Amino acid sequence: MSLGATSTNAASNKSIPGQQVGEDWLYRAQRALTTPMPYLGIAGIAMFILFWYLTTEYFKLPRFVKLPGPVEVWTEFTNPDPIYGTSMYTFDYYKHIAWSSLRVMLAFALATGLGVPLGLYMGWKKKFKDYVFPIIEVLRPIPVLAWVPLAILMMPGREAPIIFLAFLAAFFATTLNAMLGVESIDESYFRASQCLGSTPWNVFKRVVVPGALPDIFTGLQIGVGVAWFSLVAAEMVSGEHGLGFLIWDSYVLSQYPVIVIAMVTLGLVGYVYSLLIRIVGRSLMRWTQKGQA
Amino acid sequence: MEKSAGSVGKVVVDNISKSYDVGRLKEPVLDRCCLTLPAGQLTVLIGPSGCGKSTLINILAGYEKPDSGSITIDGAPVGGPSSDRLVVFQETALFPWMTTFENIVYGPTVQRERLRDEIEKDAAGLLETVGLREFRNKYPSQLSGGMQRRAELARAMINQPRLMLLDEPFRGLDAMTRELMQEYFLRLYEDKGQTSLFVTSEIDEAIFLADTLLLMSARPGRVIKSMPITLPRPRVPSMLTSTEYLRYKEEALDILHEEALKAFEGGSQAAADFVEAYEERETVG
Repeated sequence: MSLGATSTNAASNKSIPGQQVGEDWLYRAQRALTTPMPYLGIAGIAMFILFWYLTTEYFKLPRFVKLPGPVEVWTEFTNPDPIYGTSMYTFDYYKHIAWSSLRVMLAFALATGLGVPLGLYMGWKKKFKDYVFPIIEVLRPIPVLAWVPLAILMMPGREAPIIFLAFLAAFFATTLNAMLGVESIDESYFRASQCLGSTPWNVFKRVVVPGALPDIFTGLQIGVGVAWFSLVAAEMVSGEHGLGFLIWDSYVLSQYPVIVIAMVTLGLVGYVYSLLIRIVGRSLMRWTQKGQA
Repeated sequence: MEKSAGSVGKVVVDNISKSYDVGRLKEPVLDRCCLTLPAGQLTVLIGPSGCGKSTLINILAGYEKPDSGSITIDGAPVGGPSSDRLVVFQETALFPWMTTFENIVYGPTVQRERLRDEIEKDAAGLLETVGLREFRNKYPSQLSGGMQRRAELARAMINQPRLMLLDEPFRGLDAMTRELMQEYFLRLYEDKGQTSLFVTSEIDEAIFLADTLLLMSARPGRVIKSMPITLPRPRVPSMLTSTEYLRYKEEALDILHEEALKAFEGGSQAAADFVEAYEERETVG
């Protein structure tokens, strides 16, 4: 959102008592947390866990018998003195989460910081797009795993290749969505802005960026998702910490319940990330919500 | 602001022609079109659909260049788009990501020529005039169609342009809203006296608003008749039934009917509404 817009927003908010602003914020946070989790969703998850329990622990079906069941995983996870060394009471568990989170945050920040401006510029200046777009379109379909050898050759140390791989996947999503966002802005807004006396910088700041914002945030959501899954792939190949490493290491050491603990953790952490982005996006784009002012 | 603002904005359009490429052929849209917009006056341009009215507006605004001919405003030739010639579009072009107020102050804010306080005072005044005071912090999607057009008028007016270009700004609104909009618009015009060119295809709207009514030919467009409308200002809706008004309407419709028929025969079905309006008049008379 543009500077002018935020400053007038702030000015107009002054008339509202502080408490009301607080309540409004609380209300929105609460709604954001509750809406994507209706009762049917909870029932669905319960059924899934039941299926998992029946196949692995109750009927012990042929191909499922080696898999850890929900009861086994839960007892391991809540065990203060875990058999395989990883549970909610061990420092190790949180260390792996922190490592992965840190890497994703870095990769995601890079993908946002480089991809969004690049995409915006591509969408805005057709000539620039003509240069850059073909390269991106050729590189984009290459699976992240195919980049592993080059990443290790190119990047110094152990950390850089992993972050690079997570960055790469997210980068395409953030760039292309920002570009599409600009292209979806109606020509009449550019005309109006121009005829009201905007400089090119004004057009960029007040039309291109806010107009593309909904798509930018779609890109960020997708970006953070793909950053997570390419990160896990990278950690499996070359890493000594992180949830991906934990999964692979537990597989090698036959510590099967830990695999599932790490997987579920990945799911939850990934969900939290995308929820955070959604909340930020919503607060920046109040104009897309009808009936709210 | 008093009527003295009307001393600027005299526009002279001299012999402009414009054609578009359609396949290998050149389709002329405007053919040696001449017109003068007297400073501080409200000129209304009416003509059959597809006669090049929008093209003329685009050229005046600077979005398109004529193939030949010249346009001057207060003696200086016009170039690209600029805030001294403002367009109010057919479709609303309010920025959906800004509130009504932010939209209205947009022009002066980016032009950075006036003080913030002054801009905000002006904007508050305009919001009052167009009846949107309570909607200043709403986003365009929360406004009705009529409110959006009014906000758009205000957004253009605040720039005190030398020339206001209005390209069928009330098209698509229902009859009641349209009437209200005409009154809001007149209130703004009669208050500020900015030179304005208002394009429409509604004869009643045209006569009700105009100081001068320009009638345009079928494509390729050219101004074929300039009719001064001497109804007194401020205009009120009751004038729509005066004998003077009906005389204007009859005269204009006679000419337009002929042009509409030409367009009709020329393959444009868009002129049907004029033919219809004309025939309706016959039966009433």
